[in-house]
Amino acid sequence: MIEILTGSSLNTIQDFGRRHAMAMGVAQGGAMDRLALSHGNLLLDNPVDAAGIEIVFFPFRVRFHAGMSFAVTGADCPVTLDDLQLPRDWAITARPGQTLTIRAPRQGARAYLTVRGGLDVPAVLGARSTDLKGSFGGLEGRALQKGDRLACVTATSIRLPAAGYGLSRPCPLPPAEGTQVRVLPAAEHDIFTPESLKTLQTAAWILTPSANRMGYRLQGQDALALTRPLSLFSHGILPGTVQVPPAGQPIIQMMDANTCGGYPKIATVIEPDLRLLSQTVVGTPVHFRDITRDDAVQAIRQDASDLRTLAAEISKLRTQLVF
Amino acid sequence: MTRIHMAGAGGLLLDAADGAFNDMTQRRIWATSRELNVRADIVQTIPGVNNLLVMFDAVETDPATMETLLRDVWTQASADEIPTREIVVPVIYGGTFGEDLALVARFANLTEEETIEVHVAGRYSVAAIGAMAGFVYLTGLDSRLAVPRRDSPRLRVEKGAVVIGGGHAGMMPCTSPSGWHILGRTDLCLFDAFRPEPGLLRLGDTVRFVRAS
Repeated sequence: MIEILTGSSLNTIQDFGRRHAMAMGVAQGGAMDRLALSHGNLLLDNPVDAAGIEIVFFPFRVRFHAGMSFAVTGADCPVTLDDLQLPRDWAITARPGQTLTIRAPRQGARAYLTVRGGLDVPAVLGARSTDLKGSFGGLEGRALQKGDRLACVTATSIRLPAAGYGLSRPCPLPPAEGTQVRVLPAAEHDIFTPESLKTLQTAAWILTPSANRMGYRLQGQDALALTRPLSLFSHGILPGTVQVPPAGQPIIQMMDANTCGGYPKIATVIEPDLRLLSQTVVGTPVHFRDITRDDAVQAIRQDASDLRTLAAEISKLRTQLVF
Repeated sequence: MTRIHMAGAGGLLLDAADGAFNDMTQRRIWATSRELNVRADIVQTIPGVNNLLVMFDAVETDPATMETLLRDVWTQASADEIPTREIVVPVIYGGTFGEDLALVARFANLTEEETIEVHVAGRYSVAAIGAMAGFVYLTGLDSRLAVPRRDSPRLRVEKGAVVIGGGHAGMMPCTSPSGWHILGRTDLCLFDAFRPEPGLLRLGDTVRFVRAS
């Protein structure tokens, strides 16, 4: 059992989200930085998609009411277990009564707390992710508040070194100078003016404060324009879709985006780069760069293969840990 | 002319729209969706209005192969009849529950009473489900009521609001921002994640609005 000591309207329980509910109008949801959540779960020998806490409001504190192993991954935050400072992407076993504090990131925007076994909240429509818009999933469909107590899925304990262990290469975070993401052309790409297509690639698009789990609004020097007015029927949209409303400033759809929309779409951020956006701080420039579909598929397959390799390496390492 | 666009590496958007909304096209969209949904290499499909978004796992499936499959299934899909139910939606029109009734009436050059009668007289069909959980895009709105959406959306439209926008009718399954115009309010629960069938309405259902007594 863990107890939340700091409330906010933004820290939520997330797993990999709902893969089969979009046809009902339910957002895909899930961790904005899947790789960070995966790293935590792999360090704890959990299923890779076990539910953890996505933290975007700091400082975040929890108390452990029982001894348990946990991991903190994702953004580069000062993390302390009572007085012990923990390195990035680190797993360790807490004693009953200890307090974990995660402070505002030095780099990145989202941290993930995972526990051995995963958080035990009911699966709704196939996932434990919190759907804030629909008020279901996670803990009672809402963000975590001070005093909330969360149980873990029963799992045999794992043995970790007293000082814990972690990854020598934590998950990469976008540099403060800017986040580069790769994009494929989307349905209305060719109806934008040649200047707009060039601007999309060359401009520094600043991430505005209107950036949340539903979408990221960007602001650039020049607006993007269509060659002719368009009126589109409502159509399905995926996380990563770059919509351009009439004002000409792009909005990137994120994990809790509406499942359908009607604005023209200029591009789609490829799946592996969505996590880089999720770790981008407000005020930072975002740069788009074209990629071919073949290269995008290659990047997605490489990511999947890297994660399998990492899982195998961690699994092997755990058998060799010296206590 | 049907177009297939990329929606990322693991998504394809089939766009069969050709001018005005076409009911036969929509039935072929549903048939294509149903046929694809039973396949193991399809994650999910999202029928839109005269279009279909198809999602698959690009780790396992080559997008070019999926594009060929999608075109084949679409080409062979027939606009077959699907079972349809009639759902009656009681509405309290106007007043504090329908703050845009006067605006819509002015747009249509009708009185508020006549505007309600036109909305009640319609036979609507659930063309697509999406945006938010349980939101339905209803076709069949009288063209006199086809008010363009608001230039800037309201930040908060209440659950149960009976709305029209962009030539469609709809109802709000939850409180959310929306750019549609509000005619009234219904008490029907349109979506409950804990029901065996969370959404009240299915694709193809007929919807009729009546004045709540």
